[in-house]
Amino acid sequence: MIAAAASPGVWPLLRIWMPQLLTAAQGTLRMTAAAFAIAAVVGLLFGLARLSRHRMLSRFAVGYIEVVRGTPALTQLFLIYFSLPSVGIVLRAFEAAVIGLGLNGAAYLAEVYRAGIQAIHRGQREAAYSIGMTHLEAMRFIILPQAVRIVLPPMANYAIALLKDTSIASLISAPELMLRARDLSSEYFMPMRLYLTAGLMYLIMAYPLSRAVRFLEYRLSHGR
Amino acid sequence: MLHRPETQGADERRPAATPGPSPLLRIVGLHKRFGDLEVLKGIDLAVAAGERLTIIGPSGSGKTTLLRCINHLEKPTRGHVYIEGELVGEKMVDGRYVEMRDREIARLRAKVGMVFQRFYLFPHLTAIENIMIGPVRVLKMSRADANTLALDLLKKVGLAHKCDVYPEKLSGGQQQRVAIARTLAMRPKLMLFDEVTSALDPELIGEVLTVMRRLATEGMTMIIVTHEMQFAEDVSDRVIFMDDGIVVEAGPPHKMFRAPDHPRTRAFLSAVLDRQAYQ
Amino acid sequence: MTGDPWGRTLAKLPEIARGLLVGAVTTIQVTTGALAVAIVLGIVFAVLKTAPSRPLRALATAYVEVFRAVPVLTQLFVIYFGLAGIGIKLNPLPAAIVGFGINGGAYLTEVFRAGIEAIHQGQLEGAFSIGMTRPMAMWYIILPQAVRVVLPPIGNFAIGLLKDTSIASAVAAPELMFRARSLVEATFLSTQIYLMVALLYLAMSLPLSRAVRHLEAAMGRGHQA
Repeated sequence: MIAAAASPGVWPLLRIWMPQLLTAAQGTLRMTAAAFAIAAVVGLLFGLARLSRHRMLSRFAVGYIEVVRGTPALTQLFLIYFSLPSVGIVLRAFEAAVIGLGLNGAAYLAEVYRAGIQAIHRGQREAAYSIGMTHLEAMRFIILPQAVRIVLPPMANYAIALLKDTSIASLISAPELMLRARDLSSEYFMPMRLYLTAGLMYLIMAYPLSRAVRFLEYRLSHGR
Repeated sequence: MLHRPETQGADERRPAATPGPSPLLRIVGLHKRFGDLEVLKGIDLAVAAGERLTIIGPSGSGKTTLLRCINHLEKPTRGHVYIEGELVGEKMVDGRYVEMRDREIARLRAKVGMVFQRFYLFPHLTAIENIMIGPVRVLKMSRADANTLALDLLKKVGLAHKCDVYPEKLSGGQQQRVAIARTLAMRPKLMLFDEVTSALDPELIGEVLTVMRRLATEGMTMIIVTHEMQFAEDVSDRVIFMDDGIVVEAGPPHKMFRAPDHPRTRAFLSAVLDRQAYQ
Repeated sequence: MTGDPWGRTLAKLPEIARGLLVGAVTTIQVTTGALAVAIVLGIVFAVLKTAPSRPLRALATAYVEVFRAVPVLTQLFVIYFGLAGIGIKLNPLPAAIVGFGINGGAYLTEVFRAGIEAIHQGQLEGAFSIGMTRPMAMWYIILPQAVRVVLPPIGNFAIGLLKDTSIASAVAAPELMFRARSLVEATFLSTQIYLMVALLYLAMSLPLSRAVRHLEAAMGRGHQA
């Protein structure tokens, strides 16, 4: 297998493939960034709703989180891309992937936020109340600033997982790395080389990120 | 123990306060139940402006719950709390009692300062920032004014040199003093002290009590829950003994600590004072 | 196709339901098969990763880093299409089990390693002091205790794996999503069928989630990892 990959015939092919794969990888990174942004913001809304004292709001949030986390992201992508047109919402594959992955991630991050906020001792909230802060002010100035340090590592790890999850967008033909690899492999009949190359590219994208996250985790637990 | 002319002078300046026609704090028929457990079984209390009241009693007697009902960290099951004549935590609407909204309760809490057993300083802020955040964010003071105020308060509690230090680097006694300063920054009418020295190492208790004595001589209205009996006797105008959710006995310190009437008070004091004699 | 989609769904319900349920059974088969492979690989590489020998540790680290950095879809494609391209044709089902198993093993290696390290210190020395060799100490003393610590994370991993098997539809493994896609191609009832799929996944994952939560509560009592 290695011999086949290293055979002299490979290099000219790589010169043809790489520009296309690199462009596709950019699509992967853009999809990751956009979906992460949606997940981070919507996730915060659901996380706060989950902790809200209004029971309807909290139950709605729990329902959303349990349903979204109980079904595969692929199913959610298919529903958004193939089923929404029947109610008049037609999305392009890239958009559908971003929204699907974003809403999926929101459910995951909502739980991360919830755990982070609940990790802050109740006494902190009471001390804030005792100097006259409302619930919202206490959240904004005292609870959330402390919670940020706790949730950053899981959020960063989620970003790396999201980078890999964008690969399933290829199954709704969204323009990212795996789709390009698949198209090239059916054009050139060289699946092994193409998929190994794609794998290597994911490795190159993800590995430095995960080292950075581990450094972040180290700094946060030892720093300041 | 400690040289006491200061407090004796204070007693002479201000006779044992009895609540006049308009007490600062008035508690009427307060009950609090947690599920099946009734912790407060009917408390009636009035505290005058400038009065120093100490609450003693065994654990589980409801002392902390009473304090927490005063600043509405706990919602009473029955009964009412009035501060400066205003209802706390609820308001009259069309002749009925309706719970106050978050914002109104919050603003009322600024008038009643509370100092906690475990300090609860904000770890992501320095000492001076801990004191400033209330004035800046709640009272909308300018940062410069708040800074000046905070520095003055830190000097007052003897910690001006620690203004830029984070709580994790301060000792327990220092943290508690910063906590007191943080509460003072909101200019409260009344201060509640919930066993503020119970979590401290013995050698650190004195510095906190010194600050509290100073506040007492300056005329702050204080309600103190404590096990420091000597301190209570020195500083208080009135002592109440609580047990099992009710006020068993109340009176001036020299009477309560030397010659209480009620047998339960006597039993509690002899147990506690015996123990303290060994320390 | 003409006709009200919900009406047609109702009409074709037996056929659709049968197809989906067969797919769900396959989903469970892939999940349990891959879980078994992942657990075995996880234990093996976790032991390697905590071994005194540097080359062994490096090998385990490489395995973990590589298989956690590459998407599982890519790994499946390499195993199914890639091997086929050089003459090794696998059936989709075994390919999926192997693919998810190897990928899961990398993830579980870290879980087992944390479990082992949570027990490691004095226990190992205690075992040595009664004359056990290192492999004996691992087998009789460390691993049995580590099992308690790792059960909740493995439970959570299993739930994730259940959902991830949907990706195996891309290599034609006849699990739930694959069946669903075939049915949608045949009937054009995408909304109805994918909603049913979602319900089926929920029916499988929610009981598992509840079980894991009970497990976490039980483990939390009396044990600080």
